[in-house]
Amino acid sequence: MTTTAETIGPPRTSVGALGWLKRNLFSPWYNALLSLISVWLIYSVGGQTVQWALTARWEVITSNLRLFMVGSFPPDQVWRVWLVVTLASLLAGMSGGIGGRTARNIVFSLAASFGLFGVLSLAGGGYEWHFANVLAIGAGYLLTRGRAQWGRWVALAWLLAFFLTLFILYGIEKNEWLPLIGTDRWGGLLLTFLLSIVGIVFSFPLGVLLALGRRSRMPMISLFSTLYIEIVRGVPLVTVLFIAQIMVPLFLPEEMRLDRIMRAMAGVTLFAAAYMAENVRGGLQAVPSGQVEAAHALGLSDTLVTVFIVLPQALRVVIPPIVSLFIGLFKDTTLVAIVGLLDLLAVGKSVLAQPEFLGLQKEVYVFVAGVFFIFCYVMSYASYRLEIALGVGKR
Amino acid sequence: MSSIAKESKDIIICQDVHKWFDRLHVLKGINLTVKQGEVLVIFGPSGSGKSTFIRTINRLEEHQRGTIIVDGIELTHDVRNIHAIRTEIGMVFQSFNLFPHLTVLQNISLAPMWVRKWSRDKAEQIATDLLKRVGIPEQAHKYPAQLSGGQQQRVAIARALAMQPKIMLFDEPTSALDPEMIKEVLDVMTELAKSGMTMLCVTHEMGFANAVAHRMVFFDQGQLIEQGTPQQIFENPQQERTKMFLSQILH
Ligand SMILES: Nc1ncnc2c1ncn2[C@@H]1O[C@H](COP(=O)(O)OP(=O)(O)O)[C@@H](O)[C@H]1O
Ligand SMILES: [Mg+2]
Repeated sequence: MTTTAETIGPPRTSVGALGWLKRNLFSPWYNALLSLISVWLIYSVGGQTVQWALTARWEVITSNLRLFMVGSFPPDQVWRVWLVVTLASLLAGMSGGIGGRTARNIVFSLAASFGLFGVLSLAGGGYEWHFANVLAIGAGYLLTRGRAQWGRWVALAWLLAFFLTLFILYGIEKNEWLPLIGTDRWGGLLLTFLLSIVGIVFSFPLGVLLALGRRSRMPMISLFSTLYIEIVRGVPLVTVLFIAQIMVPLFLPEEMRLDRIMRAMAGVTLFAAAYMAENVRGGLQAVPSGQVEAAHALGLSDTLVTVFIVLPQALRVVIPPIVSLFIGLFKDTTLVAIVGLLDLLAVGKSVLAQPEFLGLQKEVYVFVAGVFFIFCYVMSYASYRLEIALGVGKR
Repeated sequence: MSSIAKESKDIIICQDVHKWFDRLHVLKGINLTVKQGEVLVIFGPSGSGKSTFIRTINRLEEHQRGTIIVDGIELTHDVRNIHAIRTEIGMVFQSFNLFPHLTVLQNISLAPMWVRKWSRDKAEQIATDLLKRVGIPEQAHKYPAQLSGGQQQRVAIARALAMQPKIMLFDEPTSALDPEMIKEVLDVMTELAKSGMTMLCVTHEMGFANAVAHRMVFFDQGQLIEQGTPQQIFENPQQERTKMFLSQILH
């Protein structure tokens, strides 16, 4: 050491693994006791779980995988679902290219998962799509890396891809290449995803409009928004789903018949919009009045003030509650089973009814829970990182 | 202190302006005419209605009796009039009120692009020039929270000037600043005053008033009690209340 003589190392007791253990796990006697009990609990519960997982009859999952993923979607048309997944992989790769570390982490994990699935299914076949997805992610990533200015276009591409997805899955009447597949054939994780994504994509703008409407100076608009929000929030989702099945057709003309899934999508969207509105309203209230005054003083109209000054600030404060709402929505889509739709959980139940898989509840429900957990965890991780990136509470 | 030409036109005309907050009578018949290029300092005790008064001029507060005419346009409920007047008036607040989610450059160029409808290039050029003028060209791509108070207030002045207004309103622009930062803001305001801008400044910086104000206006309890040149006000105030107040703030 050549410079400052005052620099000395930390006291010995506080460094190293032993120091840490001593300080954090064993220092007062009751901490030591807690540590011992925890170790015993982890050992006994964890040990049993691992033992069970190793001997469980996972073939109930592997032999019904298609059902779990897409329900009764025609097997010879499943390539359409794969195409959509590949498209999403490409866009995910592109987002990873322009995004920060978090987007990269998520996208690389996704690619790694596809790679792993691909290798696992090498023996059984059907690995091509998995590897195609890995390639799509890589291509998208390389395409946009270092081109942050494309962000806007990638966002737009996601929106277009959403509508393209619905088109690819639904198909065209009397078409050889893309025959119509009624939404009653959509099921499993595919249905769970579609319901949640439709719910999220449409409830967001609707909720923002309702929140703005509630604060509107026009009494009729404010009254309508308030009534809508309060009534929907006062009713359980199951009720809304039933109402959507029975009542929505009454309001629409004969030729605009919505099928059951679209009615469920409408129900989920309308329900989520009310909660969305309340979250956004909280954000709107958090924007200081000085912001609006300064913007007005510059000559900006009410609309421009809302778009450029109020909403960006309001929405960034409410990212955590909005993501919680989305996570809740994702899980609540399981309730559509009540109106007869076969989402991931309902597929699980129907699989358990097959004679050869009777009594395999543990395997099926652990699998379903695991799938839900993975997606919810990714959402919550992404929102946590987004909050930090946007500097919530700092800017 | 430069003098303003006698033949300068009247750019702000307030006649018998009244304002109530619910039952509270805050402005009690203000009469004031400001000439183009004039620098006015408004001072008076806290709660006397100074902020409320200058905020009625760009309609952040609505007056309930009397008339206000700015640059030939009367302030009425007509939204187009309000917009026309606001684009001609810049305002600087005590608490800066910069937009925290936008960079300094975006803060300044937003209104020129969306209200004046100037191109992004033009708006950003103007913003860059103004940042040079207020002495912080190197901060263009930072966010407001990364700047000191004095720097933020100078950005706020640049943001108001970017609209190329005819009138600038200042509501206690240095009251929220640490002492060592007051001067950097006052320097910018002094330069602006010398450039011929019409300015209405609510401030208790008497050195600034003495150096650049053409006229000083004393407010008390919602009324305009006294006005005159800095010399008249400092050396020979006519009203007892003005004397009292000055002796308090000048020690
Ligand atoms: N938005 C408001 N609502 C109700 N009362 C207000 C409001 N703004 C100001 N006032 C009251 O009006 C009076 C004048 O306030 P203000 O113009 O801020 O005075 P000054 O700027 O001279 O300190 C004060 O009594 C204040 O409490
Ligand atoms: Mg004030």
